[in-house]
Amino acid sequence: MSGTWELVIGLETHVQLATRSKLFCPCPVLFGSEANTSICPVCSGQPGSLPVLNRRAIELAFRGGLALECRLVERSIFARKNYFYPDLPKGYQISQYDRPFAEDGTLKTDEGPVRIERVHLEEDAGKLVHEAGFSGVDLGRAGTPLIEIVTRPEIVSPEQAIAYLTRLKATMQYCGVSNCDMEKGELRCDANVSIRRPGDPLGTKVEVKNLNSFKAVKDSIVYEFSRQRRALEANEKLFQETRLWDTDAGRTRTMRVKEAEHDYRYFPDPDLVPLEATEKWLYSIRANLPELPGARRDRFMSKLGLTAYDADVLVAEKPLADYFEEVLVGAGKESAKTASNWIQSELLGKLNETGISVDESPVTAAQTAELLGLVASGRISGKIAKEVFTKMWDCGRSPAALVSELGLAQVSDKGQVGVWVDQAIAENPKAVEDMKAGNGKAIGALVGSVMKKSKGKANPGLVNQLIQEKIA
Amino acid sequence: MIETAAAIARRVRTGEAKAEIIISHVLEKIAAENESLNAFLHVSSEEALAAARSVDRLVANGEDPGPLAGVPIALKDNIHVQGLPTTCGSKILGDYRAPYDSTVALRLKKAGALIVGKTNLDEFAMGSSTENSAFGPSRNPRDKSRVPGGSSGGSAAAVAAGLVPLALGSDTGGSIRQPASFCGVVGLKPTYGSVSRYGLTAFGSSLDQIGPLAQTVEDAELCWRVIAGHDPRDSTSAPGAPPEAEEGGVAGLTVGLPEEYFQEGLDPAVETIVRNAVEGLQKRGANVKKISLPHTRFSLSVYYIIAPCEASSNLSRFDGVRFGHRASQSAALESLYANSRGEGFGAEVKRRIMLGTYALSAGYYDAYYRKAQRVRSLIKKDFDRAFAEVDVIATPTAPTTAFKLGEKTKDPLMMYLSDVYTLSCNLAGHAGISVPCGNAPDGLPVGLQLMAAAGREPTLFRAARAVGTPS
Repeated sequence: MSGTWELVIGLETHVQLATRSKLFCPCPVLFGSEANTSICPVCSGQPGSLPVLNRRAIELAFRGGLALECRLVERSIFARKNYFYPDLPKGYQISQYDRPFAEDGTLKTDEGPVRIERVHLEEDAGKLVHEAGFSGVDLGRAGTPLIEIVTRPEIVSPEQAIAYLTRLKATMQYCGVSNCDMEKGELRCDANVSIRRPGDPLGTKVEVKNLNSFKAVKDSIVYEFSRQRRALEANEKLFQETRLWDTDAGRTRTMRVKEAEHDYRYFPDPDLVPLEATEKWLYSIRANLPELPGARRDRFMSKLGLTAYDADVLVAEKPLADYFEEVLVGAGKESAKTASNWIQSELLGKLNETGISVDESPVTAAQTAELLGLVASGRISGKIAKEVFTKMWDCGRSPAALVSELGLAQVSDKGQVGVWVDQAIAENPKAVEDMKAGNGKAIGALVGSVMKKSKGKANPGLVNQLIQEKIA
Repeated sequence: MIETAAAIARRVRTGEAKAEIIISHVLEKIAAENESLNAFLHVSSEEALAAARSVDRLVANGEDPGPLAGVPIALKDNIHVQGLPTTCGSKILGDYRAPYDSTVALRLKKAGALIVGKTNLDEFAMGSSTENSAFGPSRNPRDKSRVPGGSSGGSAAAVAAGLVPLALGSDTGGSIRQPASFCGVVGLKPTYGSVSRYGLTAFGSSLDQIGPLAQTVEDAELCWRVIAGHDPRDSTSAPGAPPEAEEGGVAGLTVGLPEEYFQEGLDPAVETIVRNAVEGLQKRGANVKKISLPHTRFSLSVYYIIAPCEASSNLSRFDGVRFGHRASQSAALESLYANSRGEGFGAEVKRRIMLGTYALSAGYYDAYYRKAQRVRSLIKKDFDRAFAEVDVIATPTAPTTAFKLGEKTKDPLMMYLSDVYTLSCNLAGHAGISVPCGNAPDGLPVGLQLMAAAGREPTLFRAARAVGTPS
């Protein structure tokens, strides 16, 4: 029995807060440091130690909740989630359960709005390190502050899931809540996936874990959709279970079925007092919220005339959009379209090629603005500009200096360009014939010939003009 | 007996006595008498001697050595002193040594006190006789065939035997006051939040308080003033410094006598002595008023849900992974946990972990934990009503005098009843003190429990000082 199936997806995303210290102790949050160097009696679970809440973490968490248009709960409660695992030093994780700090939000995405059910604050666990013959525990990460953002089970496609994650990441970066570097584990996502016939109640859900990239999220959803559909169409029963995504094999595998799931015995943590969201505090956090990606995207379109596609690409990474706006400071708003094209093709091209981030770009936004200015004023051609950009990338020097030093300035002298045009006409009789016969495209061969002779420096407008004049 | 802490500090501060000589005498006495009492699990002779010398140096240099200068003090072995063992009376901690100082230890050191060692206790402070210690029971100095009470039995015995003038205990449901009563010393359970819990191995986190055991009310207050006051490392710590001392006696204070604490189960000899003591307060000018704390009868049930729930979670960290006892034959993770904990914990601790785990389980939470919290708030309301009318509440500390070793070990419920008068004070978070108020016909001491509203320790001390003093 085939026919239409609906996909129902809920996402649970862990976002690491960009604090200097851990959630309940003063240990610095470090990435990639030697095992167990940033630990203390509190985060290593020594007897007698007690948690003290990091105020900065609450501020960032509240900021995140507000950016997701959530209602902040006046008095939220920390609860203990009890289970045994070697990376969990206290035998319980301090989290929030029936009273999370934020509820009922919305995140607008390019694929429609996604409703947020809740956001809660919790501490991260440590990690196991497996070596030959033994396993060790690194508690360096234990106690790192996280917020978990849970959507309603209302996402309808893998595309919407990715649009949600893309916008979520940008939103968290915009308000400084998190750097969301997935490679450092600062953004981690689990997906709850089920399918149903239109109009039916929710089907049996599967929780998919180990999603290390947006691509893994997308691929695993696609995989689960077809796996579940095949099963149901063959009249097999689905189990509520947790499955792991295997990137190499491109499939999910059963990790544990519901019966084997933990009873976490949540109860309010008696070591901590309720988390109070006072109106005054919320007011100041709200007042200091920066422009969020949705608003910035709208502004790029309405005020700068960018297309939706261009605006999305720029806005998705805050540093990229910042770079773009910095370029406009130098180049002027009228060059928005050019700047956007330049950034998306040249800058992103170089960044991808070298694997570095926008922040680390050797060519500053001001230098890019200067370069675009040289093109706009006709001092160099667009083609030469690309060459100059590569040189700037390598040596970090200003474009104007490079242009004059290397003699790359555009040649707009009628006499000199005329000489090159005459030579080109003499060497390409066929093209001249074609043009005369009314084939406009034939001019390309002549222009190409002039550019070759001038090493790309001839002013293309002037070249076109002279060819037309001389052949007509 | 030994000199009071106040007298020692006075003489050391003026240079009249040397801390080093005082501590040497104390160490000698402990060496001679501890074997028959089993009050100390560890004696830190060298550290105490070094601390004494540094106090003497400060005095010689004309610097302030602190309010407890040269005063020997023992700490219950669930309170951390950096570098010393912390066993919690359990095998599961193995050879664990405290990697940091508890806030109380830090404050005592700063005040010039000399930490002489760690005292015996019921395993993880769970018990009322010190018989649940993995290192053998302590004995009551007043009659060595009897228990010193518990769980701070080692601390009470050490003070009662005159080995030290001061000791710290911890009180989750009566663990300072009941042994104080059994041994004939003063024991204070401060207001919840008054003394930092940082560095106290948690049992029931919403109930635990550290407090002093002493020979006199004055010493208890002196010690409490040193260890109390806000600690940023304990989120449940009350803000500010401890409240100002109150001068004067009991005259003018209203003492409430709750009828529910004088009913079935109370030893008639204990009742007579306690009622006489209250009459004594009346003679010294107190107004005595009958009151009612009707939900007290639920205290035991509520306590034995909440405390084990919290304990079941608090004791999860003893898993054999990072410190303490680890079972040798563990092929898999599950068996590492099961064997380490199975071998390391004693019977009473296991019983309470199971009770708490059960009560927090899915499907039982509402019936047990949530309901217990609701009744707890009713018990609190009883106290709020009572403290609107009276300054202090007077009751027996325990229903009996010290019982014989082994008398109640077979019957956990009988053992639990030993704390029936002290539990409600922890559940409500108020301050309580046990003061010796006479001896039963068999010569064993009886304690009078006085309770005051949260934050009103100064009033509590005023009333307590009047107990047993001539009118």
